Amino acid sequence: MGEANHSTHPDVIGIVPQILLALPFAIVLILYILAVIRSNQRYKQWPMYRITCWILGAIFAILAVAGPVASLGHMNFTAHMVGHLLVGMLALLLMALAAPVTLMLRTLPTATARKVSKVLQSLPSRFVTNPIVASILNIGGLWFLYTTNLYSLMHESIWVHLIVHFHVFIAGYLFTISIIYIDPRPHRFSFWYRSVVFIIALAGPGILTKYIYAYPPLGVPKEQAESGAMLMYYGGDAIDIILIFILCFQWFRATRPRLSLAERT
Amino acid sequence: MTTKSTGAKRQVFSENRNLWSGLLFGVGLAAFLDELLFHQLLRWHHFYDKSTTDIGLISDGLFHAFSWFATIGGLFILADLRRRGVFSLKRWWSGVLLGAGGFQLYDGTIQHKLMQIHQIRYVENIMKYDLVWNGSAVIMILAGLFLLKRTRGEKRVVDGRG
Repeated sequence: MGEANHSTHPDVIGIVPQILLALPFAIVLILYILAVIRSNQRYKQWPMYRITCWILGAIFAILAVAGPVASLGHMNFTAHMVGHLLVGMLALLLMALAAPVTLMLRTLPTATARKVSKVLQSLPSRFVTNPIVASILNIGGLWFLYTTNLYSLMHESIWVHLIVHFHVFIAGYLFTISIIYIDPRPHRFSFWYRSVVFIIALAGPGILTKYIYAYPPLGVPKEQAESGAMLMYYGGDAIDIILIFILCFQWFRATRPRLSLAERT
Repeated sequence: MTTKSTGAKRQVFSENRNLWSGLLFGVGLAAFLDELLFHQLLRWHHFYDKSTTDIGLISDGLFHAFSWFATIGGLFILADLRRRGVFSLKRWWSGVLLGAGGFQLYDGTIQHKLMQIHQIRYVENIMKYDLVWNGSAVIMILAGLFLLKRTRGEKRVVDGRG
């Protein structure tokens, strides 16, 4: 029933929204590579693994919003969840690891870079990258999407469709950079604080997926909601491990004992 | 004078850290085995049970997230203890047993029974399963307490880098 329902709105799965969603990722992919080439002429070589992270991240994001996974995602909730894992979690984790802000700051002319870092230090910027605010934007947005009729609206209006996708990506990115610090940050929170917020935030999608399992969103058949929810639950866990590992590793490095001269051998 | 007090401080620090590392890892290990054995391999536990209360869903979600974090975090603390040369295996094990037993007891009483998140197995005589489940949890806690008592102050002798 749900499938027939969605296929009556072919405009949302048409080529135009797919291009609109994929285009920003294609642009930032090219910009990043240009920035690497340009800044490498003045500074030491930008690390290869960061470039790889960015390219993979952008490709995963494009694959999730355009092409077969994206088209299928409009008819099948499980495929929709695959797309969500790709763009909402994996792609933006990879892109955060690529340290785009650091690259931008070293590529821009000094005066412009100063202005950019002023913006980054501004109150609104500090507000949205506060771990609690970023968690609410991210997890709250997902709750709103799957527990109201927003999910079915998303399949009827191109605008809702675009806004939801960008919100998921931006909120997810802010959440990632509010927990693990890769780029320079004006205000750093302690590991304890970030860990506690992170654990509570991680519980959110876990609870939500079980809720979806029990109460499928409007227009989603029961079996698809169940398999989609389980995919989200365990797939999310797999990506969470990477985030937890990075956060703990950063703690491990920061807390290393500094030996006094007498203790050194 | 100063060296003595810093030595004592270091001692308390490492005793606590060893215990905490074990506790975190124990909770994580118990939750992981619960997921692996009872959800995935035996398929006794259900992903979602129709009788689950809302508070049960929340508790389950929080513990699931916490246990993931605790496993990894506990092992990183262990690595830090070893790096500092103050790791105590017995002290750590007391933490693991307390953590695993504590989680299993919480899971078996509050989560399974009070919050009804799911039962151990969907069979006629569930009582047997509950007894074994919670009994083994109590044994782990008692063993943990025993080790905890035996290792209190023990580090005084082993103190130092090594």
